[in-house]
Amino acid sequence: MPDPIMPAPILQVSGLHKWFGTLHVLQGIDFSVAAGERVAIIGGSGSGKSTFLRCLNFMEMPTSGRIALDGTPLGRASAGKPDEVRYPESELCRVRERVGMVFQQFNLFPHMTVLENAMEGLVTVKRMKKAEARERALRELDKVGLGGKTDVYPGRLSGGQQQRVAIARALAMEPEILLFDEPTSSLDPELVGEVLRVIRQLAEEGRTMLLVTHELGFAYHFATKVIFLADGVFHEVGTPDEVLKHPRQERTRAFLERFTEFSF
Amino acid sequence: MSYQWDFSPVLTRWPLLLDGLLNTVKIAAIAIVFGVLVGLVLALLRLSPRRSLRLPAAVFVEFYRNTPPIVHFFWFFYALPVVLNISLDPLVAAVLALSTQSGAFYAEVFRGGIRSIERGQWEGAKALGMTHTQLMRRIVVPQAATRMVAPFVERSFELIKTTALASTLAYGELLYQAMMVNSETFRPLEVYTAVALLYLVLLVSCSALARVAEARLTAYR
Amino acid sequence: MDYAFDFALVVETFPILMRGFVVTLELWLPSLAIGLAAGLVLALARLSRSRLMRGGSLVYIELFRDTPVLIQLIWFYYAFPILIGVQLSPFTAALLALALNTSAYGAEIFRGGIQSIARGQWEGAKALGMRHADVLRRIVLPQVFKLMLPAFTNRAVEVAKMSSLASVLSVHELMYQGRLLSSTYYRPFEILTTVAVVYFVLIYPATFLSMTLERRMAGKG
Repeated sequence: MPDPIMPAPILQVSGLHKWFGTLHVLQGIDFSVAAGERVAIIGGSGSGKSTFLRCLNFMEMPTSGRIALDGTPLGRASAGKPDEVRYPESELCRVRERVGMVFQQFNLFPHMTVLENAMEGLVTVKRMKKAEARERALRELDKVGLGGKTDVYPGRLSGGQQQRVAIARALAMEPEILLFDEPTSSLDPELVGEVLRVIRQLAEEGRTMLLVTHELGFAYHFATKVIFLADGVFHEVGTPDEVLKHPRQERTRAFLERFTEFSF
Repeated sequence: MSYQWDFSPVLTRWPLLLDGLLNTVKIAAIAIVFGVLVGLVLALLRLSPRRSLRLPAAVFVEFYRNTPPIVHFFWFFYALPVVLNISLDPLVAAVLALSTQSGAFYAEVFRGGIRSIERGQWEGAKALGMTHTQLMRRIVVPQAATRMVAPFVERSFELIKTTALASTLAYGELLYQAMMVNSETFRPLEVYTAVALLYLVLLVSCSALARVAEARLTAYR
Repeated sequence: MDYAFDFALVVETFPILMRGFVVTLELWLPSLAIGLAAGLVLALARLSRSRLMRGGSLVYIELFRDTPVLIQLIWFYYAFPILIGVQLSPFTAALLALALNTSAYGAEIFRGGIQSIARGQWEGAKALGMRHADVLRRIVLPQVFKLMLPAFTNRAVEVAKMSSLASVLSVHELMYQGRLLSSTYYRPFEILTTVAVVYFVLIYPATFLSMTLERRMAGKG
């Protein structure tokens, strides 16, 4: 039954499984995200939350299940074997252009300056003219508050600054969806705030975002939807209030109790 | 020790030795160029996702790394021509031996450099939508290249030293010329000491040059 | 290629090659053992407080590292006896050259190892009131040996390969027998290929051991 209020989903996942050898990390996930939604994914370590996020832009290849972008299923299923989906490189590249990602370890290119990092995708992938790419990269660097560090190499920046450059690099591609994979987990505590402020600002712009995080307090204020992932399945899905304040599942409650020192 | 050193018979034959030195430089330069080509091909094969390409390349590399260079020289000069029913002149045989052998080592230098690039760099580039070719060209190879410089120089250094084996095929490089001078002068102590010093000068200046190049190439860090 | 590989000849000549193989072992293992032991002494000289010791050992090490091994072998056989007034047998000259060459490389391995042991270890041991020599013997060297095991194994591989150059001095080792046999029967392809395979069988286990040790240490670190 189509929901008259909710817009059509941009990204849709059905029956997603991921095996690492004999380890069944994702055990059948169905999920969709609509434009403007902000989803926070929480769960213990090893719950599969990062793997789930990384499947969405094919940093990890799903073992089975389909992912659709704008209603079009990605990859080609082999005849007679619906589980065996093959993904041509060109298609993966197009998807990744539209679904940006920010990593826990930043993954900036150390041999390029901050500005070159932010321009790289535009010049190499989008084949944009240098001048135009520079202009857009500068705009995004300004937005994350690093307009003054353009000619510095990433190795000279603090972790928080590096992560903000990584966000600018992803933003410059003008992705339709942004994935954040524990963006503050490898930062010193005093640097977490500056990165979260940038993410909050993006939320205010109404961007579609998925965030895997341990910052439950931030997740509560940031998200329109919260997912609690455990043992490779969605244990509980709902609004921040539902999942974080009034969880129905015993498992969710047990997980949240370990974070009682946080107040929302 | 009553031996009277006398370098003058050696010094008067300096054109012979100079000839040898130039031939040493020549054979080393040719072998480095071909060795790099062989090494690039082998490295690409070894990095391929296809086992049928990886395995033969690995066997080739391991075979060369685990057998003495002099066997390669003799094999190319004496054995290969018999099988192919051709004849090779010493320079060609020596270049074949040197470049296949150093190619096996260069391949490991290149492969090691590529594999030393952290997974995050590959992912960061992929997440921007880069194709495999783009991410190799823009992200992986430029970073790997700076890490390859030192082992590459070391390997080339070994190659220059190995060129002395071409003397066993009667190619007129420095050591062979020294043997010629020795057979004319009967002054082995002076001849071989002088030639050892010539090698020393050649190799020390090469390593000084390499250090300058290395400093330039790895400047961004 | 319609070349017929003569297996019967390989089988027939194999015992002779094996005699050479035994000489290769007699050359390889002692020169490795003597070389590494001398390398430790040299490394201590390199790290000593006396400038004379440091300078002298540096010159020695660089002389051996920056000249081709082949010329070192030739020098010790043809030139060195003139200096000392005693003729050396080819085997003795080869053993001497290989051992001294190994000592130079071994010294660099030891020096790297000793320097890599954190200063904290030295300080910790000195704080216990141990003397310099005791710290070296009881704390530093045991750790160095373990740490440097892959490098030593690697050196063993190199020395095994170098030992084949003794054939140039007519030491009756594996390569020499191979050269002799291939010219006697005019079957260089069969003989030299067999020689290469025998060397591979000798050397590859050491390479494999060195890789395994390196991997295991990387895993621990």
